[in-house]
Parts: sequence; structure tokens; C-alpha cells
Amino acid sequence: MIDRVINSRGFDNFDFRFIGLIFVILGVGVLSIYSVTHDQGVAFPFYAKQIVWILLGTVAFLVMWLSDYHRIARLAYPAYAIILVLLAVVLFEGKSSRGAQRWIPMGPFAFQPSEFAKLVLIVTLAHYYSKAPRVGWLQRVVLPGLLVLPGLLLILKQPDLGSGLSFLAVYAAMLLMVGMRSKALGVILLFSLMLFPFAWEMMWGSLHDYQRQRIMAFVDPAYDPGGKGYHALQSRIAIGAGELTGKGLYGGTQSQLKFLPEGHTDFVFSVFAEEWGFLGVLALLILFVTLIWLSLEIVARAKDQLGALLAVGIICMLCFCVVVNIGMTAGMFPIVGIPLPLMSYGGSATIMTMASLGLLLNVKRRRLSFF
Amino acid sequence: MATAGLHDSELGELQRRLIILRVGLLLVVALLALRLWHLQIREGPYYRDLSENNRTRSVIMEPARGLIYDRNGVLLANNVPSFTLYVSLEDVKNRELLIEQLTNLLGLDEALVRKKLTARGSKQLPRKVKDRLSLREATLIESHRLDLPGVMVQVESQRNYPGGVTASHLLGYVGEVSPEQLEKPEFADLHQGSIVGQYGVEKFFDRLVRGQAGQKSIEVDALGHEKRTVVVEQAHAGDNLYLTIDVRLQKVAENLLGEESGAIVALDPRTGDVLAMASRPGFDPNVLSRELTPKQWAEIVQNEGRPLNNRASQGQYPPGSVFKVMMAAAALESNTVTPSTTIHCNGGYQFGRRLYHDWKAGGHGSVDLRRALIQSCDVYFYTVGQRMGIETMASFAHMFGLGEETGIELPSERIGIVPSSAWKQKAKNEPWLPGETISASIGQGYVNVTPLQMASLIGTVANDGVTFRPRLVRAVMDRATGALEERPAVPKRTLKLRPEILPLIKEALAGVVTEGTATRAKSALVTIGGKTGTAQTTALSKEKRAEKDIPKKFRDHAWFVAFAPVDAPTIAVAVLGEHMGHGGSASAPLAKVLIETYVKLNLPAPAVVPDGAVVRDADAGGQDTR
Repeated sequence: MIDRVINSRGFDNFDFRFIGLIFVILGVGVLSIYSVTHDQGVAFPFYAKQIVWILLGTVAFLVMWLSDYHRIARLAYPAYAIILVLLAVVLFEGKSSRGAQRWIPMGPFAFQPSEFAKLVLIVTLAHYYSKAPRVGWLQRVVLPGLLVLPGLLLILKQPDLGSGLSFLAVYAAMLLMVGMRSKALGVILLFSLMLFPFAWEMMWGSLHDYQRQRIMAFVDPAYDPGGKGYHALQSRIAIGAGELTGKGLYGGTQSQLKFLPEGHTDFVFSVFAEEWGFLGVLALLILFVTLIWLSLEIVARAKDQLGALLAVGIICMLCFCVVVNIGMTAGMFPIVGIPLPLMSYGGSATIMTMASLGLLLNVKRRRLSFF
Repeated sequence: MATAGLHDSELGELQRRLIILRVGLLLVVALLALRLWHLQIREGPYYRDLSENNRTRSVIMEPARGLIYDRNGVLLANNVPSFTLYVSLEDVKNRELLIEQLTNLLGLDEALVRKKLTARGSKQLPRKVKDRLSLREATLIESHRLDLPGVMVQVESQRNYPGGVTASHLLGYVGEVSPEQLEKPEFADLHQGSIVGQYGVEKFFDRLVRGQAGQKSIEVDALGHEKRTVVVEQAHAGDNLYLTIDVRLQKVAENLLGEESGAIVALDPRTGDVLAMASRPGFDPNVLSRELTPKQWAEIVQNEGRPLNNRASQGQYPPGSVFKVMMAAAALESNTVTPSTTIHCNGGYQFGRRLYHDWKAGGHGSVDLRRALIQSCDVYFYTVGQRMGIETMASFAHMFGLGEETGIELPSERIGIVPSSAWKQKAKNEPWLPGETISASIGQGYVNVTPLQMASLIGTVANDGVTFRPRLVRAVMDRATGALEERPAVPKRTLKLRPEILPLIKEALAGVVTEGTATRAKSALVTIGGKTGTAQTTALSKEKRAEKDIPKKFRDHAWFVAFAPVDAPTIAVAVLGEHMGHGGSASAPLAKVLIETYVKLNLPAPAVVPDGAVVRDADAGGQDTR
């Protein structure tokens, strides 16, 4: 394996740009986290921890980059089984926070299986579709759906609406990219439309109070400025107050004075937007779009279906998280707990995202080593 | 390795489908950018304002009220630091919880706290919930600060009256501006929780003493904790007042009344300066200036002694024989009698079917005006009054300032009653009865006066007919510039009497003290002139009245008005003892002590500059309007 790395062209210009982009975005994230938490007054503040996560994430990135993705794919089913077990463990042994039970305590830290579940699901689905030709809507849609279902249910049970939606998004994106005969697509659309009222009823009924409030807060953020709508409103105020050029580093009063909760995690984008303004936001969007554009290049040049599916799944997951996170901070979507990839504070999410990007780059590297 | 052969065609399809992702991505990102442009550029200024409001809170800085001194610079009212509890409604997350917490922590009345927090008014301005927190309460709040979002403890100045009950009616007290007051134009620049004078000088001169509130704009975090002060608009302290009273004389006057109900007023007849104004029972303005519970308030208001009543300017009593001073002047000026006219007094005056008694059984014999005053002969004045008629009597009474405000600078002064046929028609819708003229001529019946009016009346006589408006504040110091503005004495009216009349009356009043009804006021220190009065409060029979054990509330009011020294009077005094019996025995000795105290104080002519205050006018020190 080592000689393959040496034999290949190794670290080329593409890799340099790709990895460079990742670390620029990571750096912007750390800066924003630093801005919010620099006066935290503890020995090991969030921005310092985040740097540790990034170092661990770099290790994960390298491992996923330099391994053979076919080998990784072969571990898909057992890995998925392990993740299901961990998700079940979370429900019973997990640490809860704000009404949700998502973490498995590990010493001073906590491990969030639902984050890793996303990557494992991508690998599993890619493995499933590439292993044999899947024909007919049973093989294309229903069987993988059954694969997704237990993980989805366990995640929704925590409840983690954000990760659940990511799960569904990954499944939908894979389906779309694998391609369906229009007849099957029609059937699915028809069924989902028919099932929608029931699904809505079931979903609304199974939602926790705070989730319903979040959805209500989305419909009318002003209805409870001190409650869940408070979050959405303060986030919009933070972003809007940034205006064209922003208030400057540490100048964001919304986050500095704690009007905006969760400024270092799910709402890090609002912090960034308040401090750097519309110009900063545009620059950040361009960074993300460029990263995804490069990733799409990898898919376009993927040598086999497995590689392409892996890359597409990862891209879709990243896109979904970026869009939904920014959309929710800007008040376009309800507040679902989806962190901003590479920027939000969080060990599991950072490591998982970097591992995903490592795997993505792996797909490109393999292509080179094969010819 | 090429295991993908079976479905390699699908790879190509997949790669072609990437265009969906590309277009979709660009579309979605464009949407995001559009939304952010809308938030940050189009609505940016609006959200910037919102974020400013989020972080800044206006805090009112209450001004320090002006200080109040007596004529010699002795401090009567100042301000001491105290802790005040405010709640910023914007930062309160759960009002009911907060009400419960405050009720539990400080033992406050729940309804009261609720009222404060739910009262209408600006949400931006913090609400004052409680003042005069103890140090313990303040620390209790501070230590629970994290659990009490929006709660602030401010250090503010609290009104303090070092003399306690001394001069309480005169100084008055302060309190929160009431909702009704806030609607009036003179309180327009105030807000809920502002402190204003509610009584006495504090109320009358509130505009000067109040000062001007400042505003502090502080940056707070999401929990309402103060981070830093952004803008400060300084509060301006109110002006200092220098009163005309001498607190030493005031204390003597109050002690003279002791536990009795009554009033003592001492004026300088040359200027109208109020040297002392005592009213008993009194109250502690320190207590009244605090926030009282409804129960405490009810206790004060329903107190039978009516301690909040300033008997000097608000108590109305029949003047009794003191009225004869005015009657004597009226009789001479209206030519009803001459100084040598004598009237025989046999102890009663028959009018129609009714016999009007003299106070002295058996009578005074033949008396002229001088003797009638000295011995306070009722029959003489019955006769004079009957001859003069009620209308003449009323017009002279008005000349002496009865039935009208003296113009003292205190709120709610009462004017008493000068009866006349027109008055009776208006007030009671009944015609005037001739017998009522006879009662009125010795200051009984419908006649009602305040002790202040009596002091002013005797001062007018002492000052040869020139009345000065009673003056309480002789100088105001602007706290900003330090300039001391002397307030001039204001002549009110000059009696139009023939020049020989007042000297004659003054001489007779000196006789009252040397040989008449007020020998108990005779002083070795100074010559005193005066007139006693014993005002009946109920129509008790002569026999009953003589009994010693009649209930106190049926006993007579004891009056004594006096001036001294007789040759060149510098002090005029009115003493009223409610239900204290005879003026000559009960009130005259009090006046004597007061006058002797005054003489011993040997006050310089008014306007000594106290306490290093800057005098704007270099020769203001000697201004003495005579």
C-alpha cells in the first residue's frame, strides 16, 4: 500500500487546493469560535478544544485518504451494524442535553454516534449499489430503504431531527444519482404524496414539544421572542446587523453579549455573518461552493461506481448540511440541529466531516493509481 | 480489480447526472446569497437597530434633591445613599416566576410587586420595585443575580431628614410621583418611580428642589448584566433652599406644645419671615418618604390626632377674643366708637329674648376701648359689633387678611371663614340672623381663622399696618452655578387706618400683658403686647363650662397672639392650644417662653450667608426690607 502511494503522483496541485480549502474554512471556523468564546475564562476553552478536534480530524482524513476505499467499503455492513448498536446504546446510556439524548460519554468528552452514522450510511449505500446491478424498484428503492430505516428511526428517537433529515437526504440523493426508471419515480412520488398526511400526523405527534415549538417558531418567529422563536430572531438580528462589511472581529454584540445562544456550535455562521458582513458571507459561500465544485470533479473522474457513489453521497451530505444550516440561521428553514460542516464546534462532527473529505479525496487518488 | 464491469454503463449515466447537482447547488447557493443580501443589505440597518436595542438599556439616573437648610445654615433635609431595586422588563423572561422570586427573597407584598411590574408605561425604562433595600437585601439580590434576569440594584440618593420630626409639616416629605400626578403637565418630564415632594416645602418648591434626571445608556448582555456604560447624560442636582426658620426656635415651639395638639407660629413682622411654625402632633418625614404599605398609610391617615394636618396653616378655629384686636381697629376707623366712648358691662347683653353672657360673671363695669381690650370685655364688643353691623365687621376682617390665603408658600393653605350675610346666603342658603352678629363680634359663631392668619394679623398691628406675605424660603442656591439668589420680602397690603388707631391698640395690648388677662406672659426680659382668646367649641352652659372634669374634646381652644418688643416689634407670635382651656393661662406662658428664647438668640438682621455659599450680590448680606 505504501509503495502505491509512492508510485502514484501523490500530492498534486488538485490535492493541494482541496486540502487548502478545507483548512481555510476550518480556520475561519476556529476564528469565529474564538471570537465568541475567547473570554470564557476556563483553562481549555472551546476554540482550543476545536483545534484538538481538527488535529484528530486530520488523522482521520489521512487514514481515509490513504486507505483503499474498496477495503473501506467492504467494512460497510459490519460498520453499519456497529453504528446501529451505538445508536441503541445512546438511547439507554446516553447523555442528554436540552431534551435530546445524543451523546455517549467518553471520559471528559462525549461521542455522538449519529454524526458518524451519516458517513457509515453513505459507505453502506454506495457499497450496496455497486456490489451488483440493482434493478427494479424493489432492489433500487425498497431494499436500501429498509437499510436506512432502522438507523433513521433510532436517530429520530433521540430525537435528532437534524441528523434524521441528513439521513433521508443522503438516501434521496443516492437514489437520484443511481437513477430510477421514471415509472418507479412516479410510484414513489405518488406514494409519498398519499402518505404525506399520515406521515405529517405521525411526525407532528411524535415530535417533542421543543421541536413543535421550533416549527411554530419558524412559522412565526415573533410569537414567543423569549422562547424558541428567540433563537431564530436573535440569529436573524445577528446576521442582518452585520450589514455590508460587518462589525469586525469581536465586534458582534449579538454573540459577544450572549444574545445569540449556541454561537460556537449551530449558530457559528450567524457569528461570522455579524462580524464579517455580507462581503465575508459571500467569500465564505464561494469557499464552500469551490470545495464542492472540486468534489464534483472527483465524481466526474471517478473510475468506478463505488467511488462515484461514495463521493456523491459525501457531497450531498455536505451540501445538505451547509444549505440547511445557513438557511436556518437566516430564517429560511426551521431550526433543526444541523451544524455547519468544518465551522461549528464539535468533536464528532469535525472528525466525521474530515474523514468524509479524506474518503472523497481517496476516490480521486485511486483513479490516478490505477492508470 | 475491475469488478465494476457489470454496471460500468451506469457510472457514465451517474456522471452525466452530475449536472443536476451542479445546477441545483448553484441555484440553492444563489437563493442563500439572495436571502443574506436581503437580511444584511436591504434590512441591514433595521437589524442593526435591533441589535443596538438588544444591547443597550436606558437607565435613569435620579438627580439628588436640593438640600434644605434653616436660616443659619443648619441642615434640615439631605440625601443619603441607598439601594434601589429596578427591573428591566425587556430582560425578564418569566414575569410570574420573577414576582414569586422577589416575593420570596425580600418578603415583599406580592400584589405590590405585580402592580409595579404590570403598570402601564414604557417597557424600555426599568421599573422601580423597592427602595431603601437593606445591605442584606441588596447582597441577597446580587448573589442571586444569575437567577434573576433583568433585576438591577442601583445606588441612589434617598431623602433624609436629620431632625426627624422637627419642622415636619413645614418641610413635608417626598414620595414617588403618582399615576395621577404623572398626567399633569408640571410632571411631564418625570417617569414612574420619580421622587417628588408630596407635602410642605418639598412639594411647594418641588420644581426647584427636584433637579433634573440624567440618563445612562448601558450595554448589557443577554442576561441583563451591565457590561459597560456607553453614554452618560449627567443628572443635575436640585437647588438648595435656605428657609427663614431658626431651627432652635422651631424646636422650642414644638417642645412647648409637647404632647398637646396645637400650633405655634412666629413671624418677623418686618419681613414676613416665618421664624418658627410648629404643629402638633407631628410625623417623621423619614418614614413618610419611604414606601408605605397600605396598612401603614391607613394608620397615619386614620390617626385621630391627624398628624398630617398642618394646624398652623390648615387648622381652622374660632378666634375667640383674639378677634377683638381687629374689632377695636374697625370700631375706631368706622367711627362706631371713639377711644373715650364708655360702655357699661353688667355681665350680659340682652338681645331680643336672649342674654349674651360676658365671660366674667357680674361684668366689668364701665369700660372704654382700652380697658375693654385689657380685660377682654365681651359686652363692650357685643355692643360695638351690634352698632357696626356684620358687613362692616366683615370688610375690616378682610382688610386684616382673614378669609383669604396669607400666601404662605405651602400647599393647601386654608382660608377660614369671615361670615357676612352674603357668605351665609351662599354657604348655607339662609338669611343672616341679627343675633349672629353678636357672636361674631367676639370671634365666635361662624368666624374661623388659622393660627397663621392670626400671627399675620398681630404682625400687621405690630408693624404699624404693613402686612408682609409670610415667607418660608429666604434664598435659593443654584447647585450648578453656586449662585445664591435672595428672595425679597413681599409687602402684601397696608391698612388704611387713621394713624392714631394702631398705636392706641398696641398700647392697650401691652396693657393686656402688664395688667390684663395675660399677665402670665409678662417677661422681665422684654416688653410684650398680646391678646388672649378662649374659643368655645361647643355650646356648653356656663355651669358646665366651669366644671373641671369635662371631657377634653369639649374644652375651649386657648389662643394667645403677641408681639415684642412693644416699641419696635421684631417678632409676632400666635399660639393655639386645642382644647387647652383659657388663653391667658394655657397659651400666654408658651408665647412668653418663645419670645424670650427669641430675644436670647439675638438674631442678627436677616440674611447671614450660611455654609460658605457664594453670594452673587456682594452687598446682599444687609438686605432687610422694612
